[in-house]
Amino acid sequence: MSEQATATHTISVLVDNEAGVLARVIGLFSGRGYNIDSLTVAEVDQSAHMSRITIVTSGTPQVIEQIKAQLGRLVPVHRVVDLTVECESVERELALVKVAGKGDARVEALRLSEAFRARVVDATPESFVFEITGNSEKIDAFIELMTPLGLQEASRTGAAALARGPEPM
Amino acid sequence: MEKQINGAQIVLQALRDNGVQHIFGYPGGAVLPIYDELFQQEDIEHILVRHEQGATHAAEGYARSSGKCGVVLVTSGPGATNAVTGLTDALMDSIPMVCITGQVPTHLIGADAFQEADTVGITRACTKHNYLVKDVNDLARVMHEAFYVATTGRPGPVVVDIPKDVQFAMGDYLKPTAVKHKSYQPKVKGDMDAINAAVDLIANAKKPVFYTGGGVINSGPQASQLLREFVKLTGYPITSTLMGLGSYPSADRQWLGMLGMHGTYEANLAMHDCDVMINIGARFDDRITGALDKFSPDSKKIHIDIDPSSINKNVVVDVPIVGDVAHVLEDMLRVYKSRAVTPDKKALDSWWKEIESWRDRKCLAYRKDDKAIKPQYAVERLYELTKGPDTFITTEVGQHQMWAAQYYRFEDPNRWMTSGGLGTMGYGIPAAVGVQVANPKGLVIDIAGEASAMMTMQELSTAVQHRLPIKIFILNNEYMGMVRQWQELLHGGRYSNSYSEALPDFVKLAEAYGATGIRAEKPSELDAAIKKMVKTDGPVIFDCIVTKEENCFPMIPSGAAHNDMLLADDQGLEVEVSDEGKALV
Ligand SMILES: Cc1ncc(C[n+]2csc(CCOP(=O)(O)OP(=O)(O)O)c2C)c(N)n1
Ligand SMILES: [Mg+2]
Repeated sequence: MSEQATATHTISVLVDNEAGVLARVIGLFSGRGYNIDSLTVAEVDQSAHMSRITIVTSGTPQVIEQIKAQLGRLVPVHRVVDLTVECESVERELALVKVAGKGDARVEALRLSEAFRARVVDATPESFVFEITGNSEKIDAFIELMTPLGLQEASRTGAAALARGPEPM
Repeated sequence: MEKQINGAQIVLQALRDNGVQHIFGYPGGAVLPIYDELFQQEDIEHILVRHEQGATHAAEGYARSSGKCGVVLVTSGPGATNAVTGLTDALMDSIPMVCITGQVPTHLIGADAFQEADTVGITRACTKHNYLVKDVNDLARVMHEAFYVATTGRPGPVVVDIPKDVQFAMGDYLKPTAVKHKSYQPKVKGDMDAINAAVDLIANAKKPVFYTGGGVINSGPQASQLLREFVKLTGYPITSTLMGLGSYPSADRQWLGMLGMHGTYEANLAMHDCDVMINIGARFDDRITGALDKFSPDSKKIHIDIDPSSINKNVVVDVPIVGDVAHVLEDMLRVYKSRAVTPDKKALDSWWKEIESWRDRKCLAYRKDDKAIKPQYAVERLYELTKGPDTFITTEVGQHQMWAAQYYRFEDPNRWMTSGGLGTMGYGIPAAVGVQVANPKGLVIDIAGEASAMMTMQELSTAVQHRLPIKIFILNNEYMGMVRQWQELLHGGRYSNSYSEALPDFVKLAEAYGATGIRAEKPSELDAAIKKMVKTDGPVIFDCIVTKEENCFPMIPSGAAHNDMLLADDQGLEVEVSDEGKALV
């Protein structure tokens, strides 16, 4: 068991959007000692009151299997899909990144943001707030590059993900 | 449209429509409207307990001995928090229970109002599901859903938290038939490919063992019948967990006794050495497996469980089958019979020979004493003098619980109620109350320890009030014996706070409650005293004074393997437990 390697998985969960459902999911993860690398949630079908929770987690194959089974056991959960192993998927995250600086650093930050296709959503004479979307590694890389150029703070949404192809999950 | 009724009436109607005849509860401000409705009707009997924990364990005993759902009614705040232990107990042991809690009125929620507690927050982790009902028009649906969720799939406790204003509000009632759940649809039929693969393994086994658990009991009497048929048909040995006792008759030769930490030598060695393990409704709990890396190293494992999350949780298995025990066994038996399997007789003979040699160790033998009552002897005599299809045993937690499991014998399911998963001292007396309510003609005995009995002793008053003639049979060793045993074996005999100091006189205590007290101090007086207890009409406390420093054997020390058991002959030996093992519970 312990020899198995841990890997990162993105798990998509369709739930009834009822009071407490997010607390149930988070409580399950903390109560059983599973990792949460990121978690996003929002209602995705207003008429059916359904929300999608996207969880990025890591663990051995046995732990990931447990996580899926435990999620499936929650009463308001409709479906659980491991997007990492059960299908091909696309994953995107959005981040807002605040960078302050003057002179060369400021020019360099702006130049790099263009290379990353980030947009400027706020600017003052000595700062920018960039909006960037992409997979989480791209955002990690962008934030790392901004660090020496005057990174002040960042706000990230966590990953949203869907299976590729025409079918819903 | 039917005429509207108030929330409290909806609760009562929903209870009736779900077949509820008894509820265990304790009133308070936030449930007064429901109590008012209870007062004005006669279909449902309310059993007034003395502490809300008692209500939950009583509901557990009721459920486990009858197969019905246990129902609890408590007030907000302290009523709800007092129920938490029993809810957790029911969750761990998969007991169907619906617990209705009162809540402060909706407009006060979040205001730190008098007797407000975040009941759904607190009980989220200790229920199968819970609800806060803020609109009276959701109430009927939620009540029916609560019963559905509690009793289907892997059973468990469900809390319905109802603010007081919702109990007063007028709303529509909806009949249970109109309820269907959107997302919760437990699977009862097993996958046929997996069942076929399991039959292949079973048919070709050379050293098989059936390892059965509480899931067989939960699945209903039919499951026990099918299990008996299957085990007889194969001729294979069978053992069971603490929770599964009674699903297979202990008098049968194929029965190896209970397995696990205090299980028999033959059961544990059969588990260790088998080549095919057939797990039916058990969950590879750590009391069963001992050290996981040494657990049954050479076997192929089949696992039947209704809960997909039990599969591969602790032990990785070869053939998982998700489904209800009775449904799966029915299919399995059909496939097995259709194949006209002939078990490998030669291999089986030598497997049985091996098992018999382990049996010959007589691991449950103990040294008799003619001056003092040995606890094992007390349970043996109790068994001989009270056995029968109408006898129900509950227990507390500790050495006495293990001795009860080892020396009391069960022929039928639903006769044995114990707190297995959570190990809750104080379970036995209120559980006995619930069992007696469900089985008014039964002989209901709580095999207790003196320390555990003190935890919920107040429920004796419940028994007296409701004329429930439960018998509390205390194996009084003046110690928290199981704690003392671990301190002896693992902590250099330093008995830190495990002596039962300042005990009451249990005979006088019984009398103070209006019950009967009986004491036995010598083996010579034991039988007559037990007979007197059985003949007594009302509730009894039996103070059975037993030897104080007896240890419970066999024992697999924490962190050890099945083939590394301590037997009674090893008593007095210095036990070697790894530091890793010491850190386990
Ligand atoms: C509520 C609760 N608190 C503490 C424990 C830990 N514990 C397990 S057994 C035991 C001693 C039980 O003593 P007694 O009821 O006298 O039974 P004996 O072991 O002596 O038969 C204790 C304290 C527990 N299981 N439950
Ligand atoms: Mg004791």
